[in-house]
Amino acid sequence: MGIIRKALTSRPVASLTSPHTIDHYLDQIHPMLAAENVRARVVEVVQETGDASTVILRPNGAWKGFTPGQHVQFGVEVDGTRRVRCFSVSSSRAAKKGTFSVSVKAHPDGYVSQFLHKELKPRTIVYLSQAEGEFVLPRQVPDNLLLVSGGSGITPVMSMIRTLRDTGHQGRVTFLHYARSRDDEMFTADLDALAEAANVTVMRIYTRQPAPGAELKGRFHVDHLKHLGIDPTETLTYVCGPAGLIATVRDTYTELGAADQLQLEYFKVPSVDLDAADATGTLTFDDAKIEADNSGATILEQAEAAGLKPEFGCRMGVCNTCVVKKNHGAVRHVISNEISANTDETIKICVHVPVGDVNVAL
Amino acid sequence: MAKTKNAPIKPHSARNHNAAPLSLVDTTSDKKATIGLEYMTYEQLEEFGEELNAVRQRVLDDLGQKDADYIRRVIKAQKASEVLGRIGIFMPFFPPVFIAGILFLGLAKILDNMEIGHNVMHGQYDWMNDPMVDASRYEWDNIAPAKDWKHGHNYIHHTYTNIHGMDRDIGYNMFRIDEDQPWYASHRFNLPLAFILMLVFEWGIMYHGVELDQYLQGKITKEDFQGRKKRALKKIRKQVFKDYVAWPALGLALVPFVGWWAPVAILVANIVANVIRNVWSFIIIFCGHFPAEVQTFAEEDAQNETRGQWYLRQLLGSANITGHKPFHVLTGNLSYQVEHHLFPDIPARRYPEVAEDVKRLVEKYGLQYNTGRLSKQVASVIRQLAKLGHKPDDPYKIGNSPESKALRRAKREAEAARREEAARAPQLTS
Repeated sequence: MGIIRKALTSRPVASLTSPHTIDHYLDQIHPMLAAENVRARVVEVVQETGDASTVILRPNGAWKGFTPGQHVQFGVEVDGTRRVRCFSVSSSRAAKKGTFSVSVKAHPDGYVSQFLHKELKPRTIVYLSQAEGEFVLPRQVPDNLLLVSGGSGITPVMSMIRTLRDTGHQGRVTFLHYARSRDDEMFTADLDALAEAANVTVMRIYTRQPAPGAELKGRFHVDHLKHLGIDPTETLTYVCGPAGLIATVRDTYTELGAADQLQLEYFKVPSVDLDAADATGTLTFDDAKIEADNSGATILEQAEAAGLKPEFGCRMGVCNTCVVKKNHGAVRHVISNEISANTDETIKICVHVPVGDVNVAL
Repeated sequence: MAKTKNAPIKPHSARNHNAAPLSLVDTTSDKKATIGLEYMTYEQLEEFGEELNAVRQRVLDDLGQKDADYIRRVIKAQKASEVLGRIGIFMPFFPPVFIAGILFLGLAKILDNMEIGHNVMHGQYDWMNDPMVDASRYEWDNIAPAKDWKHGHNYIHHTYTNIHGMDRDIGYNMFRIDEDQPWYASHRFNLPLAFILMLVFEWGIMYHGVELDQYLQGKITKEDFQGRKKRALKKIRKQVFKDYVAWPALGLALVPFVGWWAPVAILVANIVANVIRNVWSFIIIFCGHFPAEVQTFAEEDAQNETRGQWYLRQLLGSANITGHKPFHVLTGNLSYQVEHHLFPDIPARRYPEVAEDVKRLVEKYGLQYNTGRLSKQVASVIRQLAKLGHKPDDPYKIGNSPESKALRRAKREAEAARREEAARAPQLTS
């Protein structure tokens, strides 16, 4: 398929199909039959815990693969609308040929994560991006490695440790995971199995309901490292989890002069607090790298107040000149009062006001 | 547009945010617009606006899978028709198939431009969040680049609909199609020029979007104009290469079997398909705004208009064409031009159901609803072009007569005096 795919995405073909791409035509035959657009078929949805699932996917040939630690934009179509969220790849790079998986914890406000957890059926076709993200293992994995994760931040780290296991990595790997309780923990069986390996130390800490006789207790603390005999200055460390965990680890490493050993990834869960006052949060203009306190005015007006000059037309929601991508966050339509909170969706900035933290591509 | 830019930005609460139209704001006075006062009071205009807002909201709330399925079905039909057309015109040795190929290709271009391109680029399907029907990404099978067309059409034409001096679609700077346009000698050729434009309509739309006239009058900057020119040239290159070079060149493979004329036949087929689309879109578009009973407006009357007045201007400034369902699909539902102008961003397949509500409101408020058969609307447009091409008796209607020049000068001076007066008076901003 490689040569055919190359030919189909070549310039001569593009000039024959202009102004559309070959995928516009192939899509009419079958959505999986795309030369450039990544699509995948759901193979299986596995329940991990009461509110977490792993989705096993078989991507089409446009998928270029992933590096452990990366995430993917995952789009499902519900009632005519494609809803997109970012999910980390959780499977090993050396997993069964042609498939990979993402694991998701259902968030009470998360439309897509809830849908995935409750309604996604095998054989459904989903829309993907290529794998993205810099939170990845180096090509040459060092002998000493520490992986720290909190809550559902375990997913990218799980992909790393599974890959290390499957590729026969011989160095010492310590995996420190913080969860509220054992019931909240994903991948329990796999973690148990990993703990058997000679070079791997798996340490699970339940912050709310500590296991009886646990070696370590409570939230992350420098003593946890000491207990495990880890020297932060000599151990490449990956941390993924909620902002609190990341802040503590970062402070500890900075204090010990080991900040350069640290790789971080925030595990963001979009949340919309509709009861809070409208004009709260921060409006981020991503391209311009400007942040402003949400004043409650429309995004267009706030962008102008911040000195940006976005394109606009009618300023009344008619002409569609001012549309931009909203990267994440929730916005409210000033006329219909409708709230939309999708990642990566198009909005007209002249008639939308931010609700809480919003990030737009301006 | 420049006027609203000058308005200070006042951060206000998101609650009760009033997105009343800012289409034409007079910075020197807060006098209410006079549009529609011959039909109803300001209170009624307000109520009229509310009722239409409710109609819009009801449709928006109901959008879903069936609308997504519909546009995808149209896209599928368009692609199938295009592929069949391309195959058909590769058989110039078999005339029935060859001619069918031309017709399919013409049909594909009509569907691409009308029901898909025009409507998608209005943002009607942005709620689907599907890159294939995303207004900011769609590029149509037409010489005019999407970006500049969206500016001239979605913004200028749909905001300032039928306002003299603002809406560049009134007569497309070429024809005298309304009594209130000044007459110039070139308007004697209204009809023959319209016929020529009809054949090359996509080039006309592209030229309209380059806005050379606006640049020469100093209304747009040089950078703006250069950008438009560059985009237009790039699009011309792509379209011309595809239709008139690349596809005919593939026909060279037929030469040993058919003869030297095979690529030429394919080239001609492409030209004919483009002309079919041009003629069709020209007719539909001219019938949407140029029949006799459609009203136009003066800038002074539209300043500071309310949402209700904006709606009313759209209603009085557009005309529908009656017909069967396939006809409406082929027009991109622009046969429901009135509904399209009231609600440009709701999926066009909803216009027939919206029309029921619009008719009810038209009856309730005693308004005019312009509609008629295609033949009636075409005849009306032709009559208008012919009638208004004649030199008027009234010297004030002749653009370069001393009388109308003096009138325009007097108007300009009065306006300047008024602005000066307003600038001197203490600021009464709210």
